[in-house]
Amino acid sequence: MSQTAATADKGYTAARERPPSSVAGPVAWLRTNLFSSWLSTAVTLLLGYLILRVVISFISWALLHAIWSVPYNAQGQPDTSACIDARGIGACWAIIGNKYRLILFGRYPYAEQWRPAICVVLFLALYVVSAIRAFWRPVLVLIWIAALAVIGVLMWGGTLGLRYVPEDEWGGLPITLILATFGLAFAFPLSVLVALGRRSRTLPAVRMLCVLYVELIRGVPLIALLFMASVMFPLFMPEGVNVNKLLRAQIAIILFAAAYLAEVVRGGLQALPKGQAEAADALGLSYWQKTGVIILPQALRLVIPPLVNTFIGFFKDTSLVLIVGMFDLLMMGKVALSDPPWQSFSTEVYLMLAVIYIAFCFAMSKYSRGLERELGRAHRR
Amino acid sequence: MSQTSVTEHIIPHMVDTNKPPVIILDKVNKWFGPLHVLRDVSMTVAEKERVVVCGPSGSGKSTMIRCINRLESHQEGRIIVDRTELTDDLRSLDTIRSEVGMVFQSFNLFPHLTILENCTLAPIWVRKMPKAAAEDVAMSFLTRVKIPEQAKKYPGQLSGGQQQRVAIARALCMRPKIMLFDEPTSALDPEMIKEVLDVMIELADSGMTMVCVTHEMGFARQVADRVVFMDRGEIVESGRPEQMFGEPRTDRLKLFLSQILRGH
Ligand SMILES: Nc1ncnc2c1ncn2[C@@H]1O[C@H](COP(=O)(O)OP(=O)(O)O)[C@@H](O)[C@H]1O
Ligand SMILES: [Mg+2]
Repeated sequence: MSQTAATADKGYTAARERPPSSVAGPVAWLRTNLFSSWLSTAVTLLLGYLILRVVISFISWALLHAIWSVPYNAQGQPDTSACIDARGIGACWAIIGNKYRLILFGRYPYAEQWRPAICVVLFLALYVVSAIRAFWRPVLVLIWIAALAVIGVLMWGGTLGLRYVPEDEWGGLPITLILATFGLAFAFPLSVLVALGRRSRTLPAVRMLCVLYVELIRGVPLIALLFMASVMFPLFMPEGVNVNKLLRAQIAIILFAAAYLAEVVRGGLQALPKGQAEAADALGLSYWQKTGVIILPQALRLVIPPLVNTFIGFFKDTSLVLIVGMFDLLMMGKVALSDPPWQSFSTEVYLMLAVIYIAFCFAMSKYSRGLERELGRAHRR
Repeated sequence: MSQTSVTEHIIPHMVDTNKPPVIILDKVNKWFGPLHVLRDVSMTVAEKERVVVCGPSGSGKSTMIRCINRLESHQEGRIIVDRTELTDDLRSLDTIRSEVGMVFQSFNLFPHLTILENCTLAPIWVRKMPKAAAEDVAMSFLTRVKIPEQAKKYPGQLSGGQQQRVAIARALCMRPKIMLFDEPTSALDPEMIKEVLDVMIELADSGMTMVCVTHEMGFARQVADRVVFMDRGEIVESGRPEQMFGEPRTDRLKLFLSQILRGH
């Protein structure tokens, strides 16, 4: 105190040390947040009791009384009687041990399942590389094209001594990742173009087309679009031309996602002050220079939260392809449960699927928050 | 066609210097929907001339100045900048934009780029200058506006006065022949106005052709060769600053001057 007073300028109030805070420490935190009055104390105790009960019974079910494996008879049939006896008391994780490869890789030939496994790892690597800002340069496009090619070779085979596997036999996680990744990877640039087209003042025809596209696609449920792609589309194609089912579903998802993303991007474009475009114009930048260097970097940063929201939605919406007979991750869970000995253990299977979906969606949302913070740090306003 | 010499007839509010005019507005009319914002606006600006435009809010000053680099397009009349007539032709637009610098009331710096990047952006993309050379040029102009030490910061970290000086440096990096200013000090706190005006005075002394919308009478007296008074979309009066402020001829200018003097 005396020090600060000594260094203070004459005539000015001297800076003082901050008074000790009375609301620090965990005890104080608990008191202000959980036990501030008798009502809040009662609510805290009641909720605490309920949460504890649920957690304890879940641990007891999922870990303590769980059955991790079951015996198999001479024909290789599982004897699930132990699991059936334990129903409602302990989880039957044996079904996961028995079925995880079916769920993850579908009907892909068993001996070849290392190929989709590598593809899944490649996808994960692709996500990580794309997430690192140091890679945000043209080379990333090449990386994506290369990854796409490798994934295609691995999944289809037919070259390099790999057995040919038609896409009817694909299933599980690779299908989900293919639909989601390429769906969003193509839908996003398309949506940016549509959003820009919708705001074009010099090209009214382009603007009309973009409005029409967004309104038409948004007005139709994704399921209807998938049906159209799988049932109606082949009717319009000339005899002998056969675009495969996966590609058709993929295109339907791209078109659908792009319409939604375009509106999100347009929101960002609209939120940007007009002065930014005017300053770029006044400096003589061309339309594409202005858009690429000034407008989009700022507009997209503004809409990271709704963009990621839409991304997460579409990641899960890919499961709708089960409607048109494709075996994505969710569908493979259903298939696994149709095996008679395991029919009654859906909780365990859906729990596993939920964990997988949550892992991807949580990673996306966590990353987007980090990105927002990092980009926001660059220019505090 | 686009290489037009001086128009045939006499243009009012013309300069009486013998230097060639670099900006010619000839009976320019503009409407925003039904609103007639520029009414037969005619004037010329000679090379190295410093023109200050003043007038009440909403009188069309911004619109006129924005027509000169075609941020707005006019509907009638002709605008000729540096012997190029402004039309819908994109090539003439590119020429004009890279020769006319503009400074806005609200700075309009690019917040996601550093000060240095703000300044090097257009030279690199439009003038195709190598990055190192563009940075040298940018640093020299940032030094001229007295903030070289802020080059690595972002606009949001600077004060308003500093931001406006960066905006001036950014425009100068394109080495424009003409500089347009649209109320460059109106959005600033009083204590920052001087630092921006000082930079503008220095620029005027260096012989830049300037058209400046401002109500800073001191600045107008010190640097303007001519003051143009606009009201309701037309140019009412123009002349040397001491004559305009000392012995206004029209009632509209007298009224306007009494209003801003009361405001100050
Ligand atoms: N983009 C626009 N659309 C419609 N009206 C406008 C637009 N910009 C300016 N105006 C109108 O034109 C008139 C002149 O505006 P402006 O040139 O900004 O005046 P000043 O700069 O002298 O204050 C005002 O009445 C204003 O409301
Ligand atoms: Mg104005």
